[in-house]
Amino acid sequence: MKEVDVSTITKSVRNLCIDANYYLSEDVKKKIKECEDNENWPTAKGILKKILENIDISKNEHMPMCQDTGMACVFVTIGQDVHVVGGSLEDAINEGVKQGYVEGYLRKSVVADPINRVNTKDNTPAVIYYEIVPGDKLNIKVAPKGFGSENMSQIKMLKPADGLEGVKNFIIKVVKDAGPNPCPPIVVGVGIGGTFDRAANLAKKALVRPLSERNKNKFYEDLENELLDKINSLGIGPQGLGGKTTALAVNIETYPTHIAGLPVAVNINCHVTRHKEIEL
Amino acid sequence: MEKKITTPLTEEKVKTLKAGDSVLISGTIYTARDAAHKRLVQLLDEGKSLPIDVKDIIIYYAGPSPAKPGHVIGSAGPTSSYRMDPFAPRLLDIGLKGMIGKGLRSKEVIESMKKNKAVYFAAIGGAAALISKSIKKAEVVAYEDLDSEAIRKLEVKDLPAIVVIDSEGNNLYELGQKDYLDSINQSK
Repeated sequence: MKEVDVSTITKSVRNLCIDANYYLSEDVKKKIKECEDNENWPTAKGILKKILENIDISKNEHMPMCQDTGMACVFVTIGQDVHVVGGSLEDAINEGVKQGYVEGYLRKSVVADPINRVNTKDNTPAVIYYEIVPGDKLNIKVAPKGFGSENMSQIKMLKPADGLEGVKNFIIKVVKDAGPNPCPPIVVGVGIGGTFDRAANLAKKALVRPLSERNKNKFYEDLENELLDKINSLGIGPQGLGGKTTALAVNIETYPTHIAGLPVAVNINCHVTRHKEIEL
Repeated sequence: MEKKITTPLTEEKVKTLKAGDSVLISGTIYTARDAAHKRLVQLLDEGKSLPIDVKDIIIYYAGPSPAKPGHVIGSAGPTSSYRMDPFAPRLLDIGLKGMIGKGLRSKEVIESMKKNKAVYFAAIGGAAALISKSIKKAEVVAYEDLDSEAIRKLEVKDLPAIVVIDSEGNNLYELGQKDYLDSINQSK
């Protein structure tokens, strides 16, 4: 049994919130640079250069890349031999979010109620996902999620008869519908299978997978590559002003599903795809 | 080559701007997003006067992050414009001449822009640290309780943007993608 004190969790979450918003992870930056090198359309190339410049300014001046510093999505993977001591895990995470957003000069974008809409002023609560696994490690991933792209996400309960073609068509349709709104170049997170809610959860999880990693299943790796090519031939381009760089990656996650169903969720992220993690 | 424009944004200036023009905006602009727009239009509904005079101004759809000590403002990129579509025609009808945001606009907004001779600029979404460099002064002028969503008066110098929809209704989101795809098909 390993003990982890809640104060360590709070401090880690605080730092991850700030780091994720100031410093773009290498996998995303590298992919944007690759796309900039390959882009021939002048407007598109110019925009990608500005996006790269923005990443450098944020890094050097320790400020958020985007003013929408997101709702804090926190993925907690807890080894079953870990014992959290000193208080509530959930409170510790939210305290970390609060400290990170207040002390890091990040924007507070959370309202306490979806209808009555009063700002909580510290960006809490986070959206937290727990997964319990064997072992004694505690892994925390923080992925601040902006809503320009979140709002362009969609879910569909397809029929099994719709099959692979139906899945592909739906994913392409979501990207087309989104057009310039989610700040392309985007990252397309796809969840296929499970239940209604599991599909959405998988799509979100897909967005925190490093862009340098493909699905380990060859069938889905090929599908990711095929969809990326298709999306990048739509012509939407950076910021929707034309070009070949519409998406940086398509990440697909899957789960077994029911004989009657084929749920597909598409969660879109912008070029400021943020994720930072720590293992305790 | 970028066109330099300075506020106030008069009808004469609007008419010189065409979809596809890269511009550098200087002068005074105002931030307002969802919650502020809702309040402004509510005031209009009640026949009351607005906290800012919108004649010949540019509204920037933005909710900046907080300023660090010694800084004028935090990161300040554009937010999605379509959420302001239900409100924008009301402001265009009383003299608003420019909007800076990102993403698509509704048919109603574009028709209102043509009727009222106004222009829609896009700034690069997500390039908020870069854009903040062109903001020289920032002051909350209304709705302080809304924090990042308050109306701020900004003094800007060479804020980079692109004319996406001009006062004749030409739309770079359509034209830009079409031109790009045509260029690909020609080279095949």
